[in-house]
This record gives sequence, structure tokens and C-alpha cells, in this order.
Amino acid sequence: MAEKRERYQNRIELLQGTLDMLILQTLQWGPQHGYGISVAIRNRSGELLQVDTGSLYPALHRLEKQKWIAAAWKISENNQRAKYYRLTATGKKQLTRERSKWSQLSDAIAGVLYPEER
Amino acid sequence: MSWLSGLFRRRKQETELEEEVRSHLEMAAQDRAERGEDHREAARAARREFGNVSLVKEVTRDVWSWGSVERLTQDLRFGLRMLAKSPGFAAVAILTLALGIGANTALFSVVNGVLLNSLPYPEPDRLVTLDESKSNFDSGSISFPNFRDWCRDNRTFSMMGVSRSYSYNLTGKGDAEQVRAEFVSSDFLTLLGVKPVIGRLFADGEDEIGASPIVLISEGLWNRKFGGAPDIVGQGLTLDGRTFTIVGVVPASLKLQIVSFRASDVYAPVGQWTNPLLPIRAAGLGFHGIGRLKPGVTIQQARADMKRVTADLTSAYPDADTGIGATLMPLKEQMVGYLRPILLVLLAAVGFVLLIACVNVANLLVARSTGRAREFAVRAALGAGRLRIVRQLLTESLILALAGGFLGLLFAAWGTKAALRHLPSALPRAVEVGLDARVLVFTMTVALLCGILFGLTPALRISRPNLQETLKEGGRGSGGARHRAQGIFVVAEMAMALVLLIAAGLMIRSLSALWGVDPGFDSHNVLSFGVALAPSPKDANTDSVRAKLRQLQSTLAATPGVQAASLSWGAVPLSVDDEDLFYLEGQPKPSSENDMSWALSYVVQEDYLKVMGIPLQRGRFLTAQDNERSPHVIVVDDVFARKFFGNQDPIGKRVILNSKGGVAEIVGVVGHVKQWGLDSDEKQSLRAQLYFPFMQLPEAAMQPSSWSGTGVLVRFEGDPQAVTTAIRSSLRNMSSDQVMYEVQTMEEVIADTLAERRFSMIVLGVFAALALGLASMGIYGVISYLVGQRTREIGIRIALGAKRGDVLRMVFSEGMKMTVIGVGVGVIISLGLTHLMANLLFGVKATDPLTFAVVAIVLTVVALVACYVPARRAMRVDPIVALRYE
Repeated sequence: MAEKRERYQNRIELLQGTLDMLILQTLQWGPQHGYGISVAIRNRSGELLQVDTGSLYPALHRLEKQKWIAAAWKISENNQRAKYYRLTATGKKQLTRERSKWSQLSDAIAGVLYPEER
Repeated sequence: MSWLSGLFRRRKQETELEEEVRSHLEMAAQDRAERGEDHREAARAARREFGNVSLVKEVTRDVWSWGSVERLTQDLRFGLRMLAKSPGFAAVAILTLALGIGANTALFSVVNGVLLNSLPYPEPDRLVTLDESKSNFDSGSISFPNFRDWCRDNRTFSMMGVSRSYSYNLTGKGDAEQVRAEFVSSDFLTLLGVKPVIGRLFADGEDEIGASPIVLISEGLWNRKFGGAPDIVGQGLTLDGRTFTIVGVVPASLKLQIVSFRASDVYAPVGQWTNPLLPIRAAGLGFHGIGRLKPGVTIQQARADMKRVTADLTSAYPDADTGIGATLMPLKEQMVGYLRPILLVLLAAVGFVLLIACVNVANLLVARSTGRAREFAVRAALGAGRLRIVRQLLTESLILALAGGFLGLLFAAWGTKAALRHLPSALPRAVEVGLDARVLVFTMTVALLCGILFGLTPALRISRPNLQETLKEGGRGSGGARHRAQGIFVVAEMAMALVLLIAAGLMIRSLSALWGVDPGFDSHNVLSFGVALAPSPKDANTDSVRAKLRQLQSTLAATPGVQAASLSWGAVPLSVDDEDLFYLEGQPKPSSENDMSWALSYVVQEDYLKVMGIPLQRGRFLTAQDNERSPHVIVVDDVFARKFFGNQDPIGKRVILNSKGGVAEIVGVVGHVKQWGLDSDEKQSLRAQLYFPFMQLPEAAMQPSSWSGTGVLVRFEGDPQAVTTAIRSSLRNMSSDQVMYEVQTMEEVIADTLAERRFSMIVLGVFAALALGLASMGIYGVISYLVGQRTREIGIRIALGAKRGDVLRMVFSEGMKMTVIGVGVGVIISLGLTHLMANLLFGVKATDPLTFAVVAIVLTVVALVACYVPARRAMRVDPIVALRYE
């Protein structure tokens, strides 16, 4: 129980809009299903970012509707049928836009937080 | 069809989402299992980690684009779920609406059945009523010879008919019985489109005087007396001792009831009436007509045509027809036109009730939406558009409205039936009132409009929330604007309730004023009825007729419970009247009847004054000695005396009566009787009254053939029912063929003349009570809600030392403010509206200050009582409890 609460407290709530970017980024490395995406984000963030399924699936369906990602049913490595999402061409462009926006934002925040490093 | 393919796509999307989630759970469980967890434990943990499956699905589905039908079913399902969550709210809202919509539907079904629906006859727009217009009377009766000439000379009618009500004594078929009858001309039933059940209607010429006696009977009588025998045509029927041959059966579907005609048991051709005056051109005799216009002829053309016809008759018969014209009215207008103002007033009133109901529900919705502010803020944050939220809220209010409408329809169906059962005499065409397609469409439309009306305000308000405010505040909601809206709601409700209460109050005042009017006679303990006499023997003469009538009177007077009795002809106040032409002795004999004077003529016996309790002012009343062998005398009323003799003493003066045998001396003066009704008698031109001794009726009127029956008035003591039974048995002892009919107390006669007003008073009263109840519910709800919202503030005030009384005063003043403004607005609206009902009022002005004041006070008091409960709750607020929740 103690471990669980600690993990919960350490979790960082995703800023609005960043989940979309993280999903697109994850799909940069190849098609993946919803579960795979959530595992990937968790692992790459050092267990810090835990993606809520209640946010993940609406986001996936929204991105699909916006045609930034496309879905297809495939058989997974474990021989299971799963819905795989892949990045589309417009999705790649969107990812580039979001990344540059994000680096601007983090630079700006860093500038405020650590002015002496400038 | 696009929604259908949309539906399939949706189903596919749905199963895919299902599978996507399942594969997620399986993979998560498999990963855990590979890490060494127990299989079953792994599956459970995966599910736990995933969270609420159905919620995830729901929010994911929200992302999909929706087709209109799916969106609607989705909204409906969601709306129903939300309402099911707060059944109390839903029940109150639906019931409130059901009352409002039900009252509207009920009244509309009456308006629809009476005013809007066309009459149930073929091509009803071509039907008009026909009357003879006389010098100062528009709707006089048509003499039979004139009618014949109208038929022959007109060019605009395809058919014309006249009718006159009568009562026949039916014997030889079981117990003797008085049956309703109508004398009709040959075309009368044909022009109404009546199709006989069996046999035929009357043919041309069969209505001539002296034609062989034939008769049509009603389907009801056919079943009752003949068991519906198929060989009825050709059988005989004994009426007033004569045998008539039945030629056909009139269907029960004929329900026409107008001034001159009522669907009856027996229809006889006009010529069968044994009245010796029938062939006299100047004799009115109570015939009125209806006509069917030729196709394409307007009523104006017909009026012009009839003007020509009557003008020709005037030149041909100057004695009888000078000043005689024809009055034409559309049949429907004549039947129900006079009801239009009343029904429109009631429709407006019931519209107010519905508005109040809507405002109440809007109020409830606003109060409830505060509790849901957070729900909608969350939905908006998740990306739901404003339109989406408005649509969701509107769906909910439409569900409420339709449920209310459906329940209201049930209320209306039941309520209309109950109301019409209790108030049948007030409404013509009452049998035609019911729920039909137009009423259903009306109810649906009203319900939908209501749903939009009361749903839109809260929906627009809630969909424009300040997201961050609401989320931060934890759903407590913010309020100035919302409170203002509720304040306006309450003010509107109070104002509308006040208008209705004032309308009802004015009607009550009118009716009580009418009840207070002295009709000129004592209506208590007086019974009016008819007696159908046994058929006279062959050798009967005028003496035996008089003897029989005398015997009848003495038998009645000797009946236990009867204090006094008088036979009467045209002498039932407010109900049955007859008129006479006369001129004063000493004046030159007028050249024609048109130059004579009219008076209401009561043919009565010596005890009439005692029966009716009419005061004798001068001289004496008629006595038993004023009989066929003594000189003619009359008694007049004070209106007659003043009108024709001014300040002179009328006693000893003589008048010449046109139809009742010449000179008669005035022997007494009695008080005036309000023959034309409690309210309108004063406005009539023909008010002078004279009393004529029954036994002095001319020999021609005492022929055995003229006397099938007579009117009777008795003063009784004790129970009217018991007296009726006693009279019935003493009549039967006299002759088994004698029948008592149309028994009414004079109080009932008076009540009947007020039926229409009483109907509108009761209906307005019910609406006003409904409005008062709804409005006080409204103010109670709003004040309660405001107190709930301000619990914290009140707690702080009390903690800071405010007295409980101050709190009570604060809450009261809030309610008071709304009430006073509402009452003020209501008074202004009422001042503008009540004059619309001016002609329904009697003895009270449309702006009667007393009614206005009393109603305003009553409404204020009720509103304050409604505020009292929440105000006490506010007073009892425990500051510690109120503040702990901070």
C-alpha cells in the first residue's frame, strides 16, 4: 500500500494537450496498440507519467478523427487481435508543430525558473 | 436512409471499441502473468488498473461524431437516466405540467367541439336559421302561410323548413306517457340530411292541413316501445287519442337542439297540429325555420332575396305583414356564437395557468441546474460544445413536457367528461365535445412549446457557465443573475395568478349579485310541471273541458303537501311566456295589428298569486268568480300601469284584447315579475304584464281538440320529491291516461337561467385556484432555494450577532418584495384585461375596487405563508453547522 501511495504522489499530472503530443511521439517509432502506447509512455518517463485509460482512449479516437493517426486491426506478437494505430503524414507534421511549441514553452519556463543559466 | 447506414457504422464502432478494450485488458494481464503473477490475480489487477470500463467507453464514445438519430436516442437515454436519478423533481415537474396542459386540453376540447368543429350535417355551411323580424323583435316566429309563400317565392334556398316543439300524450303502448314531439314541415329533416333508419321521411304536401295523420318516430322510441320491430312502418301510434300511421324511424344520431327544435321522440307534419290559428297569416304560434342555401349563394345574397320576398308579401297582405321581414343567421353562429366571448375569456385564463406551470417548472430546472453546474462544466471541459449541452438540457425538458402532456391528456379526458356531466344545460353541442385529432395535435404542440419555453432559459444559462469559476467553487454556483431570473419568475407568477383570481372574484361577485336580485316572486317551494290530459271523449264540448280543468285544479289543490295550485298558460317566470296584442279603450281601433301594443300575458287561476307570492299592490286579484259567465277582467303589473296610465289609477280602466275576446276591465295591480331573466329583464322593451282568468279563455281555445295538456304551478310544503310523488298518484287516480311531465322547482328554473354564468364562474374558479396553488408553490420553492443558498451567509450573520428575528425579517422581505411587485404588475394587467369580460358581469364593475383589494390581500397572505416555512428554517440555522462546511 505504501509503495502505491508513493507512486501516486509522484505522478505528474499531464498538462492539457501534452498527451496528444506524447501519443504522436510514441507512434513515431512504429505502429502500436493502446495498451502498448500506455506502457511505452510509462516506461520512457521512468514510471512517472501514468496515462489514464479514460484520457488515452478518447485521445486516440479524437486523433484518429482528426486523421493524424490511422488504425488497423492486426495480430499482436502474442497472437492476439489488437487495434494498431500508426502515424499519418499530417500526424507527422502535427508532431513537429507540437514539439517546437513544447520546446518554446519549456525554454520559456526554464528561462523564468533559472535566469542565471542564461 | 443515411441515418440507417449511420446506425450500422455505429454498431461496428461499438464492437470495435469493445474489442479494443478487451485486448488492452488481456495484454495487460498477460504482461503481469509473464512477470510471475497468478493468472486470475493478474486479470483482476489489470482490470483494476484500467479503471471504470464503462466510463472509459462512455467518454471515448463522446469523441465520435454522432448521427442525428443516434444522438437523439443517446440524449433521450441520458435524459431519462438523469430524471430517474431525481424522481421527486421529475414527479413534481410532470404533475405541474400535467395540470397546466390538462386544463388547456380540456378547455380546448370544449372550444374545438363547440366553436371550431363544423356541425354534423352535410355541407353545414349552407345551413341558416330563419325567423320573422317584427317591428321591435328580430327573431319572431314565422306564420305558416308566410312560410309557404317564402318557400314558393325565394330564389336563393334549395330547401326551407319550419318546426315547433310540442308534447303528445302517448297511449295504448304500455303506460300512458308524455312524449316530446316536433311539428315539422315536409323538408325539415331532409334538409338536415337525416337518413331514416327504416321507412321514409315526409313527402311534399304531407304537411298540409287536413292531410292524413302520419308520424316519424325516433330510434329510441322505436326500441323502447316496439322492441325495434322491423315491420314498424305502417303500424299505428295513438297520440292525444288520435291514431297516426308510422312511416319511418329517425336515427338516434340526430341530436340537433336549437331554440326552435330539439331532437324528439315523435315528428309529426305541421298540418297535424289541431290549433285553429294555424292557417292565420298573422299568428306566430312559435314556428321557427332553418334553410339550406343553394350552392354558392352567400348569406348576404339570401338576405337580399328574402327582403324582396317579404316586401312583396307586405304589399299583398298589408294587414298581417306590415313591418314583417326575415332574419337569417348561419346555423352554427346562432347555436354557439353567443358562447364565443365566454370561451375566449376562459381560454385566455387557462393559458395563464399553463404559463404559471411553465414558469414553475423553469424555476425547478434553474434550481436543479445549479446542482448540476459541475457536471456540465466537466462535460464542457471534456470538449462537449455549448450546443451539445443545450440540446441535452432541452431533451430533458422535452421528456418532462411530453410526459406532462400525456398525463394532462388523461386528466383532460376524465375532467371534461366529469365537468360536462355536471354542467350539461350550460353548453349546446356538449355531446360533441371529446378528444379528436385536432385536440391531440393541440396538446402535442402545447407540450412541445412548453418544453422549449421552460427548458430554454435554464439551458442557455447553464451552458454559459464560467468554467473555471464553477470548477473551482466546487459546484456551489454563483448567483446574482440566477436569483434575478427566479425573482422575475415569481413576480410573473404572482401577477398572472392575481389576474385569474380577480377574474374569478368578479364572476363570484356577479353571481352573488344575481342571486340577490328579487325576481318579483317567491321562488321557494314552488313546483312547475305539465299535465297531459287524457284524450277527450267524442261528445266532449267546451263545458266538459272546463269541468275537467276545474276538477284537475281541485284535485291538485287537495293533494297532501300542496298548499295552493293554479293551472297556467304561458306563465312560468323566466321560462315560458306568451304575448298578447291589445289597445286601450277610448283610443281609436288601430288599423292593423302592427299599431297595437304588446304585453306579456299570463293565463292563470285565482290561486296563482298565492302560489307565486307576488305582492298585490292595488285592487284585487282574479277570483273563482271571474269565469266564463262573468264579464272579462284582467290584472296588470306595475310596469303595465306606469307605461300605459302614468300617474292615473288603472283600476276600472278597460283594454281591448285582440285574441282573447274583447273588452276587459283592469281590477288590480301586482308587482312586476322579471320574466326575461334576473340580469336582462330591465333591458327588454316588452315588459308590461297582464293576468287573464283561465276560465275566460275564448270558446275557440276551449275546444276539446285544443287541450292536450296544461301547465301547472303549485306551492308546496316539505320535500319536493314527496310532493311530486303525491301529485303523480292523485293524477293517476283521476285518470290512468293522465301524465305529469317536466317537473321543476322554480329554484331550478332560476338556476338554469344562470347556468352559463355559473359554468364560467366554476371554470374560472378552478383555474384561479390552480394558479394560486402553483404560484404559491413557486414562491415557496424559490425562497427555500434562496435560503439554502445563503445558509453560509445566514450562519455568519448569526455568528456575528444578528438576531433570529432579523434573519426572519430578511427572508420575509425578500418574498415580500417579489409578491408586492407581482401584485402591482397583476393589478395593472387586470385593469387592462377585465373589461374584456364586462358583458359576463352583473352588478359589479370590471374594475371593482373591493374585488381587487380582497384578491390582492389574499394573494399576499398566501405568498407570505409560503415564505414562512423556509424563513423559519433560515432562522434556525446553526452557525456552527453552517460554517463547518467551509
